Amino acid sequence: MPPIRDVAVVAFAQSDHLRTTDELSEVEMLIPVLHAVLEQTGLKTSDIGFTCSGSSDYLAGRAFSFTMALDGVGAWPPISESHVEMDGAWALYEAWTKLLTGDADTALVYGYGKSSPGSVRDVLTRQLDPYYVAPLWPDSVALAALQAQALIDAGETDEPALAGVASRSRASAATNSHAQLRGSVDQGDYLVRPLRVGDCPPVGDGAAAVILAAGERARELCERPAWIRGIDHRIEAHGLGVRDLTDSPSTRLAAERAGAFERPVDTAELHAPFTSQEVVLRKALRLGEEVRVNPSGGALAANPIMAAGLIRIGEAAARVHRGESDRALAHATSGPCLQQNLVAVLEGDPR
Amino acid sequence: MSKEPVAVVGIGQTKHVAARRDVSIAGLVREAAGRALADAELTWADIDAVVIGKAPDFFEGVMMPELYLADALGAVGKPMLRVHTAGSVGGSTALVATNLIAGRVHGTVLTLAYEKQSESNAMWGLSLPIPFQQPLLAGAGGFFAPHVRAYMRRTGAPDTVGSLVAYKDRRNALKNPYAHLHEHDITLEKVQASPMLWDPIRYSETCPSSDGACAMILTDRAGAARSPRPPAWLHGGAMRSEPTLFAGKDCVSPQAGKDCAADVYRQAGIADPRRDIDAVEMYVPFSWYEPMWLENLGFAEEGEGWKLTESGVTELDGDLPVNMSGGVLSTNPIGASGMIRFAEAALQVRGQAGEHQVEGARRVLGHAYGGGSQFFSMWLVGAESPTS
Repeated sequence: MPPIRDVAVVAFAQSDHLRTTDELSEVEMLIPVLHAVLEQTGLKTSDIGFTCSGSSDYLAGRAFSFTMALDGVGAWPPISESHVEMDGAWALYEAWTKLLTGDADTALVYGYGKSSPGSVRDVLTRQLDPYYVAPLWPDSVALAALQAQALIDAGETDEPALAGVASRSRASAATNSHAQLRGSVDQGDYLVRPLRVGDCPPVGDGAAAVILAAGERARELCERPAWIRGIDHRIEAHGLGVRDLTDSPSTRLAAERAGAFERPVDTAELHAPFTSQEVVLRKALRLGEEVRVNPSGGALAANPIMAAGLIRIGEAAARVHRGESDRALAHATSGPCLQQNLVAVLEGDPR
Repeated sequence: MSKEPVAVVGIGQTKHVAARRDVSIAGLVREAAGRALADAELTWADIDAVVIGKAPDFFEGVMMPELYLADALGAVGKPMLRVHTAGSVGGSTALVATNLIAGRVHGTVLTLAYEKQSESNAMWGLSLPIPFQQPLLAGAGGFFAPHVRAYMRRTGAPDTVGSLVAYKDRRNALKNPYAHLHEHDITLEKVQASPMLWDPIRYSETCPSSDGACAMILTDRAGAARSPRPPAWLHGGAMRSEPTLFAGKDCVSPQAGKDCAADVYRQAGIADPRRDIDAVEMYVPFSWYEPMWLENLGFAEEGEGWKLTESGVTELDGDLPVNMSGGVLSTNPIGASGMIRFAEAALQVRGQAGEHQVEGARRVLGHAYGGGSQFFSMWLVGAESPTS
């Protein structure tokens, strides 16, 4: 069933994604991005109908970390606002539902995260079942390596193919000035076998913001809005032992619900932090060789946690804005080994 | 295009206590969700999506715990959203869930909020020193006590008003089997003799630290028609936020709270809240917030809220009952506290509040706030469908 109201991404901005931003607070990292995205549309904070953000207290190392980000938004006079403790892609989803109700015509969505202050591999272990798994501290690279090995064992890929994903992604990122890893990057040694350094995302800090608008408002704000034809997200079981790590049924179901299989897409921005995860996602999304996958370089080029999923939607939308895509798929993920997945289908008006 | 009406057809909560050592976090949330499903006479298969909320992840030491809770909440293969808007989160979570139905994305949604505070110490969890930022001092009480003092000074309210609120709420809690504190021997003298924690807030005027969860089943018009028990209908819902600190902020009666209430009243067609609303379940973590919110929400003129409390208007048998459940002062699993307020409002208009039922409650306001008096979420629910 199509959404009851046409909603589009009309603007997208992101920070340069950097290994460390010691001199910046989260708010200071976010403010230029918010200014940039508002500038694209000429809107002011007070023109925005609804604001929604995604971030994590565990990255910030303090409770209620998102309250300070509100200072960056400039929430005065008071604003209609919400926050998810999820990647900004899910903040966009919440904002989309708000626009569907008709309570707002525009929404500002942002996501941000600084991974540099801690060891993000260790921090992410705190996402795991607190009784049976987290006490063992299995880190995110080790879990992704289990998934990669399962794929290799199943004959779905091999190490040279994974290296190919890595080199293609960083080569694509050569034209992306925001990316952290660009051009030719050495695959390096094994980090956790079978994953080499090159198969893993860079650790870094970054922020992204998107503006959504409904109906005619979208056309006023953007020459070629990226209409959200469908968006859906699904979660899988948490226990890795009960999942088939070589497949992503939640991605497939979300894509179905988002209408991704109704017509082919020309572009896909996939949130695959590890090379092996692109293999899983391509299969679940039935993406053929004719589809441009991660022209931005994807999460292998820049992976600011809590923003990287929103960036996929923003990058896909920006290509529609620029006329480089007519129908694009954007994907975001959360949790160990692609546990939770979101798929959006974006379209430009026919040319 | 019009919004789909939203109805509450199932409510479930755990018996709130200081420490639920007998269950895991998953066990705690599943207990509340199971009770909400039983109330709605639905099964897990009837649920299209799950919207979960809680306060900071540090309180249990689990980052983004919804990932781990997907199985316990029957969410596998379904959409699951996790909301976090500080203390208002329980209310905000319910409102995010209502949008899924109002926007016709889903038909029936499980929404749930919890906190298992016995896993850590919430007061110190909130008191982390951050360079170059205003410290929260010793927990929330240290932050809010000066605002209470400002209210007292501004209005000339007698020192005893706070103790009256606490005495009332703790007695109301005796009628609520799910409330955490059941102080059968409570007296006004005992409240007034309790130790001073953050002047002017005494120990008995402070919320407890609880383990608990609250769940609701929200559904569309078709779902409400199948409901075995009377539904509560959403008549208005809104969120408002403002920064934590800024020059000119009114910490006693924040503008965001006033704006949020005005939005809800506009949606619900409330001209005079004092006359048109039958009861209020509001977020009162420290006793004095009852008179403060009565003014902020428009139930009393500025400076007059304490007079409603003092004259017994807010008692369970008063003209405008406030915190019939016993309120946050009797039960406070922080992340769930907002949703418990919303759920109590719904219980009242469904006529299912048991011993703490307000006779003839047709329209009831549920209210939550959080952060530095900066995040507000409210809903107004009614016994009648908003379209009837």
